[in-house]
Amino acid sequence: MNFDFSDDQKQLRDQARKFLAEKCSPKAVRVVLDGKTPYDKELWKGLAEMGFLGVAIPEEFGGAGAGHLELCVIAQEMGRANAPVPFSSTVYLAAEALLIAGSDAQKKRWLPAIAAGEAIGTLALFEGKGNPSPKNVKLTAANGVLNGVKKPVADGAIADFAVVAARTGSSGREGDISLFLVDLRAGGVEVKSLTNLDPTRGQAEMTFRDCKAEPLGAAGEGWSILSQVLDRAAVLCAFEQVGGSDRALEMGRDYALDRIAFGRQIGSFQAVKHMLADMYVSATLARSNSYYGAWALSTNAAELPEAAAAARISATQAFQHCAKNNIQVHGGMGFTWEFDCHMYYRRANAMALGLGSLSYWEDQLIDRMRKKNAA
Amino acid sequence: MNFDDTPQEAEFRAIARAWISANAPKQYEEELRKSSLGRTQLKNANILEVAKAWQKKKADAGWACLHWPKDYGGRGSSPIERVIWQQEEGVFGKLSQMFIIGHGMCGPTMMAFAREEHKRTYLPPLASGEKVWCQLFSEPAGGSDVAGLRTRAEKDGDEWVINGQKIWTSGAHYSDYGILLTRTDPTVPKHKGLTMFFLDMKSPGVEVRPIKQASGASDFNEVYFTNVRIPDHQRLGEVNDGWNVSLTTLMNERMSIGAGVATGFPELFDYCSSLMLEDGPAIEDRAVRSKLANWAVKASGLRYTSMRAISALSKGERPGPENSIGKLVAGSMIQDVATYALDLQGASGVVSGPEDAEVAGRFQAMLLRAPGTRVEGGTDEIMRNIIAERVLGLPGDIRVDKDVPFNKIPTKGRG
Repeated sequence: MNFDFSDDQKQLRDQARKFLAEKCSPKAVRVVLDGKTPYDKELWKGLAEMGFLGVAIPEEFGGAGAGHLELCVIAQEMGRANAPVPFSSTVYLAAEALLIAGSDAQKKRWLPAIAAGEAIGTLALFEGKGNPSPKNVKLTAANGVLNGVKKPVADGAIADFAVVAARTGSSGREGDISLFLVDLRAGGVEVKSLTNLDPTRGQAEMTFRDCKAEPLGAAGEGWSILSQVLDRAAVLCAFEQVGGSDRALEMGRDYALDRIAFGRQIGSFQAVKHMLADMYVSATLARSNSYYGAWALSTNAAELPEAAAAARISATQAFQHCAKNNIQVHGGMGFTWEFDCHMYYRRANAMALGLGSLSYWEDQLIDRMRKKNAA
Repeated sequence: MNFDDTPQEAEFRAIARAWISANAPKQYEEELRKSSLGRTQLKNANILEVAKAWQKKKADAGWACLHWPKDYGGRGSSPIERVIWQQEEGVFGKLSQMFIIGHGMCGPTMMAFAREEHKRTYLPPLASGEKVWCQLFSEPAGGSDVAGLRTRAEKDGDEWVINGQKIWTSGAHYSDYGILLTRTDPTVPKHKGLTMFFLDMKSPGVEVRPIKQASGASDFNEVYFTNVRIPDHQRLGEVNDGWNVSLTTLMNERMSIGAGVATGFPELFDYCSSLMLEDGPAIEDRAVRSKLANWAVKASGLRYTSMRAISALSKGERPGPENSIGKLVAGSMIQDVATYALDLQGASGVVSGPEDAEVAGRFQAMLLRAPGTRVEGGTDEIMRNIIAERVLGLPGDIRVDKDVPFNKIPTKGRG
């Protein structure tokens, strides 16, 4: 049994960590946090040069052709660094959708551009309140044009293209949904930025008015493709969340070692030690669940839907837990804009919603476990 | 990343599987499978006798204490082979419960500190289950603070004379031998005046009294020592170095990686899958599903954490500190799971007799046994201290009694 990343993959992780420590310091993240730029363009360019954007994209489409385990270790470092770039929208959602359902021409058009850092992609799924569900897709597609409103769309304001979920039928079933590919530079979409929990990752409202679109995948297959994309993204996001949990735990631990109160290190008080021990427990459970997700993702195992839901839940809980208690360990200073704790708190809570909320994934997990037991 | 055995591992697994399939006491398999925390009795057989017979059979064929050297009754196996054996032994491993302390703690301590002739005499019958051992550390005045123990050992010629009381000794009532931590010098700070021995539990002056637990069952004992004499050659380690000896014992306490810890989750998932509530099947109820999902990811998180440790063993590496979370997570989880299962039963959840209760009262038994799991072998709080200090590197607790002679440490909180 080798339920671990390989030495090469660990080396890649170290390389990514080193790169991000240099190019994505908290100071650099703050430039985006303070609204001076919508994302870190220099970093994005650097990620392309390092080959990280296309690490799981096959060589024939301009990627490194490594694989999803490699992408998992990079995702973990992106989360750790709280990177203010549209990595998850572009790489986990848009690129994965193209890899699963794109025609050869579509892949050739967009995947090399993603790998080169020249195209930002996103998935336009949500339409206001509610979780992923065919019922919640109201935007229509007819005669090759889309009409409707999507919000929130992660990185919508900076995206060059979007994968859009649209209604093409009215039977009330999953087959009513189809996916479309929209070149956002071609017009027909009005984009409005939305103030959101985590300013280091933009959210937008996108209004489609007779917007030209080409089908992505077969008509009526949209929901089935989306489900696969969401499962794959759930695993990859879980690694970001694990990375974020690790960093939040480290920050809390370091502060508990440095800060003196009542004449001693606050990390010598059991109330603080136990809080940090519990954070370690959450992060460890999340890491192990995510490893299983990584295995299922990289081998396209039948277990992927269940593994993805478990990784998603566990990692979401861990990041929220570590981020909020990191602030608690820091006390008053943790609640200042000046300290970095709130950046992780914001990211943790935004990520907890991005692919559908915790309660949605809880529901998914139980459905999938029942399916497995019935089989 | 894969879950495949190496060729050598696969070969070992096949041999182990074949032997278990041909030799295990299959007539008890179903009953053992259904047993859960708080319920490990067999209906028509004495579980101690069945356990001893299975252990002897394993020993005769070379399947006892796999990781021990052959000279001492083991097989000289690698850690990963031991894990594979545990996986293959499956539910029959539940029969090993009475040997866990002897094999997991007393044996390794004897191996590290006993004289060679004692090792050759005492270890093989310990491995084969013919002799059962217990561990006599905890005292009324020393639980989490085990170095606060007060049982005295005083030198008299070539012998030591023991007086005092131990508590929470698992299996003392059926044990043949025990390892005993005593105080040999009360005038020095507490960690510096302890000495370890092993002794025959049938020695004159040893009295074992079962403790009736909060659950109503009696798995543990108090052991009283009145002028019990132990020859000096049964001393383990140097005089007054017993604390260091005990660390060897305690380090081995939670080394059982492959066996997995009980969380109660599989039982609860099964129960909810068939339970009908007023509005329909429990498993379709939103609130039930949310609870189940939260426990599911804890159970799977523990399972994959232990697989990561097994992978390290398979590669010949030492497992990381991750496994220290197992007992902490599982202990409170099984308590919460049992509480929730009863909640789902409504008022009838109060009925606990196996004949009348839901699913033969398994969750009621689990609930009543659960508080003990959060205390035994290190309380939740001690486990959190261990994670905080050894894994995260946080400062140790400030010990106000560290440099105080033991006999000057206050013994009462009030009055």
